[in-house]
Parts: sequence; C-alpha cells; structure tokens
Amino acid sequence: MDGIHDLGGRQGFGPVRHSPTAQAFHAPWEKRVNALYSLAVRLGVFNMDEYRHGVERMEPRHYLSASYYERSLTSLATLCVEKGICTREELEALAEGGFPLALASAPGRSNEPARELFAPGDRVRARSEHVPGHVRMPAYIRGKVGVVVSESPAYPFPDAHAHGVAAADEPTYDVRFASADLWPNAADAAFVHVGVFQSYLERAP
Amino acid sequence: MPDHRSPAAVASVERRVDAIQAVLHERGMQPAEFIASAERLVEEAWVPQNGARIVARAWTDPAFRTRLLANGKAAVAELGLELPRHHRHLVALENTAGVHNVICCTLCSCTAFTIIGLPPDWYKDLEYRARVVRESRTVLAEMGLLLPADTEIRVWDTTADTRYMVLPLRPADTDGWPEERLAALVTQDAMIGVALL
Repeated sequence: MDGIHDLGGRQGFGPVRHSPTAQAFHAPWEKRVNALYSLAVRLGVFNMDEYRHGVERMEPRHYLSASYYERSLTSLATLCVEKGICTREELEALAEGGFPLALASAPGRSNEPARELFAPGDRVRARSEHVPGHVRMPAYIRGKVGVVVSESPAYPFPDAHAHGVAAADEPTYDVRFASADLWPNAADAAFVHVGVFQSYLERAP
Repeated sequence: MPDHRSPAAVASVERRVDAIQAVLHERGMQPAEFIASAERLVEEAWVPQNGARIVARAWTDPAFRTRLLANGKAAVAELGLELPRHHRHLVALENTAGVHNVICCTLCSCTAFTIIGLPPDWYKDLEYRARVVRESRTVLAEMGLLLPADTEIRVWDTTADTRYMVLPLRPADTDGWPEERLAALVTQDAMIGVALL
C-alpha cells in the first residue's frame, strides 16, 4: 500500500535528532512492548510481515504522532484482536480507556507469475505496480531502472506472507540506483541500494 | 487521537501495554517471564560491542576480512555471534578511501540488531528514514560527518531480510594495537555509517 510509513524521499522533514549517546529505549514500557510482540511472533500468533503490515495500516495521523514503540503496541494489539486472542472491548476495559487499533487490511497477493532470475550486472526495472496490501518495495523506486549488485537467499514473499496467502519463497536482489535517476535534479549525488524481491523486478533494456 | 467513533479518551500508552500483557498472561503465554529474558538479551547480548569485535578482527586478520565480505553470517559465527532465523544474510559494507557506506530502513526500522545493537531512536525517526536516501551528504553533514566532495556515497535501504553493517576505515596511528583495544574504538554510529572513527 502507498502508506504513510513509506517515507523514503519525502520532503519537508527537519534535522535528524541525533545524539552520539542515543538509546533504543526511553521507558520501561517500551522494553515490555518490544518483548511482547516478539513473544507473539515466537508463539506463532503472527509473523514479522503481518507485524510490519499492522504498523503500516495505522491511521496516518496516529502513525505520525505515535512513538516507535506505540506503533509496535498498536500492531501487536491489532493482530491479537484480528487473530481472536482477545477483543478490542476487552482491551479497552482492561486499559480503562480507548485503545486505537490499525485499520483493516486489504487483500494480499502471491508471487508475480512472470518473475525471472537475475544476475549481478543485469539492468532491472522496479515494476510500476500499486499493491493494496503489504509490499516491501519502497515507492521511490517504482518504475525506476537500476543494476543488480548481488543476490540474497530466498525469503518468504512479504506480499503473501503478511496476508496468509500461499506463495513460494523468492530471492531478493540488491539493486543499485543512482539518486539522480530516482529524483532528477533533486537529490544529493549517491548510489541508493535497495533490497528488492524478485517479483517486484522486470528486465530493463 | 483521531478515532472519531469512540468518544472515550484514549488510555495512556502504559495502561494499553498493561492491558495487552494481561491478555497474554490470561491466555497462558507467560509474558512476564519472556519480558525478563528479553531484557537480558537487549541489555547484554544484542550490543554494539559484538559488531566492534567483528570490525577489529577484520582490521587485524585479512583472511577473516575476506570471509566476512564473502559471507557475513558464516564469518560472524566464527566469533560466536548469530542472527535471528529470519535474517538470512549479513552483508558487511567496506568503507574505503573513496567510498562511504551508510545504512537505513525507510519503511520501518530493520537492522542487524544482534550484531550492531538495537537501532538508536533517531534511526527509527521519520526524519532519518525520509531524508537519508535522498539527501545523504546533507544529512551526514548535519550529523557532523563531512565527507570529501569526491567520496562516493552508497546508501543501503534495508527493505528485505538481508541485514547490513558498515566496516569502517581503521583509524590512523593504530598500527600494532591488539584487537581488544581496536574494538573499543568502534561505535554503533560508525557501523551505521553516520560517523567516522
């Protein structure tokens, strides 16, 4: 989905709030959330792709205003409700207040039937597709041409794995794009390497 | 909070965490025990010192460096380090005199967290995710890293289950240093690629 989470290349953001002593956690509840979602993954309540999509499906104003671990919490709770572990009413009664959840999911999809194998050096184009469900192709490479740098082992296909759709595992390719091709005349000179699933790619001339 | 269907005030985030934890406890999932063991992992096991050991070994052992660049996951296993099952590939990105690598995750927060430590807050913030792929040199400069104009910048967006770590340049004047002393120089920022050593 072309969701609010797909931030690469969005403009208007200010300086990175960086500190050389930055921490991963700022409050004890954040560590609890981080543990609880990984417990649910470990117990098979949901998988990592379902978890990521649970974050992406948050209402955009909620997504942007929530801290990182509030987003984790929202996905965890949403999936527990959707998987029948509990109800939203039960969570709200226990929390003694509102418990905002992510919005409903659109359908997933299986592998691209015409997908093909690539080798380092091949020129490839990110297919110009708009996928309603979970997808791991950042929008900033849509329709853009890059060069395959390397291949990674086969992984579950996220567009299917996040939705309980059957699919074959497929390799991902590290594809190198020139920033000038991604954002002509509007980017610092660099190569941007993206891990791209096979189904998202087609051969480019 | 923008939930117009529900007039009830949103519960505090701590109360919401308590609620989901209570549900998981009620269902027999033993969350309290898991939280305690996870705390030990994030505090003691998944720390940047792991990556620092890898970097120091690569600086001092050319054969290890070659193995690390060829197959990161197998090489770090030699040091007793591992990645979660779903991180099937670890790629070490070697900085050179003319090439600087920097990693990010524009879609969420993916990192080789068992190797370079859990990502710091700013790595997961909207600003870094939005800007570093498009304005890499500007963002790095704002973060205090001024690269020569002719340095090639390579940004690596962690959008699949391959994980990356930057192999920083070894600082000058460290010839003959033992691995432990070299490892103490290596920061998480350098393994993300937003700082030099």
